[in-house]
This record gives sequence, C-alpha cells and structure tokens, in this order.
Amino acid sequence: MIQAIRLPFRTRRAPLRFRLLTTAASLSAPALVIAIVAVLFQEAAPAVTRFGALFIVARSWNPVTLDFGALPFIYGTLVTSALALAIALPIGIAVAVVLAEPGAQRIRGVAGTGVELLAAIPSVVFGIWALYVLAPLVYTHVELPVAQRLGFIGIFFGQPRQTSLFTASLVLAVMILPTLSAISRDVLRAVPKGLRESAVALGATWWETSWKVVLPAARAGIFGATVLALGRALGETIAVTMVIGNRPDISPSIFAPAYTLASVIANEFTEATGQVYPAALVELGLVLILLTFAVNILALLLVRRSVELPR
Amino acid sequence: MNRVRNVRRRFMNSLALAVVYTLTAIALIPLALVLWYTAVKGWPAASHLEFYVNVERPVGIPGAGVAHAIVGSAVMVGLASLISIPVGVISGVNLVEFGGRFARVVRLAADVLVGAPSIAIGLFAYVLFVAPFHHFSGVAGALALAVLMLPVVIRTTEGAVALIPASLRESGLALGLPRWRVALQLVLPAAAPGVITGALLAIARAAGETAPLLFTGFGNRFWNVDPTQPMSALPLIVFHDALTPYPALQEQAWGAALVLVAAMLVVNLASRWAVRRQVRLAGQL
Repeated sequence: MIQAIRLPFRTRRAPLRFRLLTTAASLSAPALVIAIVAVLFQEAAPAVTRFGALFIVARSWNPVTLDFGALPFIYGTLVTSALALAIALPIGIAVAVVLAEPGAQRIRGVAGTGVELLAAIPSVVFGIWALYVLAPLVYTHVELPVAQRLGFIGIFFGQPRQTSLFTASLVLAVMILPTLSAISRDVLRAVPKGLRESAVALGATWWETSWKVVLPAARAGIFGATVLALGRALGETIAVTMVIGNRPDISPSIFAPAYTLASVIANEFTEATGQVYPAALVELGLVLILLTFAVNILALLLVRRSVELPR
Repeated sequence: MNRVRNVRRRFMNSLALAVVYTLTAIALIPLALVLWYTAVKGWPAASHLEFYVNVERPVGIPGAGVAHAIVGSAVMVGLASLISIPVGVISGVNLVEFGGRFARVVRLAADVLVGAPSIAIGLFAYVLFVAPFHHFSGVAGALALAVLMLPVVIRTTEGAVALIPASLRESGLALGLPRWRVALQLVLPAAAPGVITGALLAIARAAGETAPLLFTGFGNRFWNVDPTQPMSALPLIVFHDALTPYPALQEQAWGAALVLVAAMLVVNLASRWAVRRQVRLAGQL
C-alpha cells in the first residue's frame, strides 16, 4: 500500500510563502497609486479648505495676496494638449499604418527604429532643442507671417512670442507621436488578417483596404491610443516649461505665452513659502494627476478591448 | 465607364500612398533635427576631457565640467534601481505565475502609474522624503525615480516571462520541482535577456528624468557622493543651465544634453538587439 509521503513542514509551506511574498511585491503598484493621491490630497488640504470648489474656476494667481485659482493652468494644459493631438494625430496614424503594413520591410524598419528612438529622448533635451532651435524657427517662419496676414482672427491676434502656446504644442506633438503610433500599430496589427485578405480578394486597392476596412475595424483602439497620448501630453512637464512662456493668462491667441499645471509646479514649488502657496501648488498637482489617471484608465480600457495585450 | 472609375481608384491609391509615406517621413524629421543639433551644439563642451572630470565653475572661469552631475545621476539612478528592479521583477513573475483578477488590478495600476505625470511623483516624494527631514537629498531623488521605474520593470518583466513557452514550465513541474523553483530558477533565467532589457530601459528612462528631481535631489554645485545631501544630475544641469542668459553655461547645458542622448542611444539600440535575439531564442525553445 502506498503511503502518502509527509513532506517536512518547511517544504509544504513553501508554495504559500512564494505566493505571499511575490504578491506582496505586486501590491506595490496599486499601493503607490492610492498613496500618491492620498498624500497629495492631504498636503493640499490648506488650499482645498480655503478655496473650495472655486479653485477650479478662479482665474487669479497671486502669491502676494494669496489669491489662487487653477483656471489659467487648466486652460493652458488642455489647449496645448489638444493642439498637440491635432498636429500629431494624422502623422501618428500614417506611421502606424506603415508600421502595421505586412510588406515594405525596409521602410518599416527605419520608421520603427526612428519612432522608438524619438520615445527615448529625454524631455529636457526636447526642451533645450525647442528653446534654442525650434522656437526661433517657428517665430520667424510661422508665427510672424501668420500674425501679419491673419492677425485679425482671434487665435492669431497680438504680438507673437517665441515662447508660446503654439511652440509648446509643437514640442508636445513630437513627444506624443511615439505613443500614438506605437499603440495604433499594435491595434492595427490585431485586426484579423481575414478582413484585410477578404478586401484584397474582392479587388480593393491598398488604400481602399486600409481606409474602408482595416482602419474602421481598429477605430476603438485608435481612439484609445489617442486618449493615451492625450494623457502623456497633459502630464508632460519639462519641455513645455522651457517654451510655453510661463504666464498665467487666458489669452485667445495661440501665439501668446501661457502656463500649464505641470510647469507652474516645476517653476514655483521650490520658491513657494508659507502654508497656502505650496498647498495651492500641490492642489494643482492633484488636479493634474486625477485628470491624467482618469484619462489613462479610459484609454487603457479602450485599447485593451481591441488588443489582446500579452497576458 | 468602369475604366474611368478604375483609373480614379488607382490614382487615389497612389495619392494615399504618397501622403502616408510623406507623413511618415515628416515624423522622422524632428528626430533627425534633435540629434543633429544636440551633437553640433553639445560637441564644443563635450569634446573636452575637463567636462567629465571637473565640477561647475563660476561663469567666466574656464574648465567647468559636469562630473558632479554624472556622479549624482549614477548614485540616484543606482539607488533607484536597487529598490525598483527586485520589487518589479518579483511582481512581474507573480503576475504571470498566478494571474487572475488581482493581476488585472495590478496591471491596470502599473499602466496608470506609467502614465502618471513625473512632476506629481516629484511632489509625492517631496512630501514623504524631503519635508520631514527639512532638506533635499539624493535619497529622496532616488525614491522618486524608483516610483517611476517600478511600473516599467513590472510590465517588461511580465512580458518577457510570458514569452517563455509553457513546455519549459511543464517539464520542470514534471520533474517534481516545486512551483517557486520552476518560476525563479527555470523560467526567470530563461527570460533573463528580456528582463534585463526592460530594466535597462527603465534605467534609461530614469536617467533622463528632470521633473521628479527638481524638489528631491534638487541639484548641487559641488562634488558630492553622499546621498543624504542634495545631489545634481545631468538633466538638472541641462534644465538649469539652458535657462541662464550666459552662453558659457548654455554650452554646458548642450554638452550635458549630448551626454544624455548618447547614453540613451546606446542603451536603446543595444536593447532592441537583445529583444530581437530573445524573441528568436524563445522561438527555438
């Protein structure tokens, strides 16, 4: 008769311990997400109690009178991000279409490597490049001529500046391009092969296949990629700080200086004294992080539905 | 009738191809411009040996360097790696090994954390690790960077481990190895190239970050290897010096940017090569 082998206690417990220990490590990510929000909320408390819900819609930013409102920064953040998306979207999708194409191996290799390297360049390097190379170029070749001819239109009104909403949006567009194209590529690749092949078998041209069959099938996922890129744009700090002009104004002109949530924190937090001023900056950080978390979760759910991410 | 229509379709096709390839070419222009200008403007500073051995000097005195920033970056990124890589790798193994609803939550949290604005992580680290001690420190900077690196390590480890074919795991289990030994001594080593690549990419990302260091590591004009004191880092040098009105300091900033970009390029091209190799090897297993 076979007797059950009694394993020593330590060995029997090992599987459980393995599971517990590794699970503890896995708790780190959710714990951090909660801790970041909780810690920032607690730190922002003096400003939250002082200004209440009006903080979001107040327009003044005055450290002397301790009058703080988030609206100019929310405006700057949303407008730069939206403008950046508008510029990057057609380019990003074109790159994704090329990258997801079954043929054209060499072009795919070059474009893929290029976009991946673009993603690897540090934000601060984009910042210094934008400040010394891009901003002067954009100023003389885009902003000045456009403002001269179309200055009567509100969004081009006024004296253009080298450091402006528009320059910041351009840099942001470059920086979100890799996110946009890499994720859209994954989404396009996940479109069932049969769809593409059926279209080709029916005599559709490459363009008809891509535009009328493949892209519509990937619509939800590409929308998700766009939202994810929006999340990146909202939180981008350093490059934007260097070229946006840092003025807490709400000007209709895209050639005017502005300010974003992230860049005002970067610029002013180390100088903020007293209790309310730093708390107001932390509250801006809280607004920013809640905004990006919401946008990211929405995007991830959209992308997940259309791409079976690796496990 | 049909012929006219087909000519138009063919024309549309060629036009669309041209547009798509043009847009792709446009996408690569910024990369070329950034690399070119960083190389050209950074070279005057970065081509001197003093740049790598001396520390900051007052404007007007020649021979300034960024040695303190290189050391600061190395110390802070090193400390951040010591924390985030072990935790991240173990967490990644856990996600593949046990899966389930918990793993889905962790995955979502990690992805959300990857997208968290780095400036907010800097604020978080300031509140927890700077404010209670009343002074900036390299340790606080390292902890902020660790928060940034962790989700990247988790997700890349998970991806690399998931690539390992089930047959390897099954043969280990069939030989009577306990699950933890299969996971840690069989599957993880097989996935090592991918895991190491992910860690390298996380390190590269952390080394290029400025925002989380602004109010943690803070920056230091002097030689300092003590992480309990404020520390400089290459991205901080680029950020601060680029915004000064002094051409000499701006030149330093470009030099530091060139060093950063060169490091990024090496790490990324090397890791691309390693990933390709890993995928090929996993296919053979």
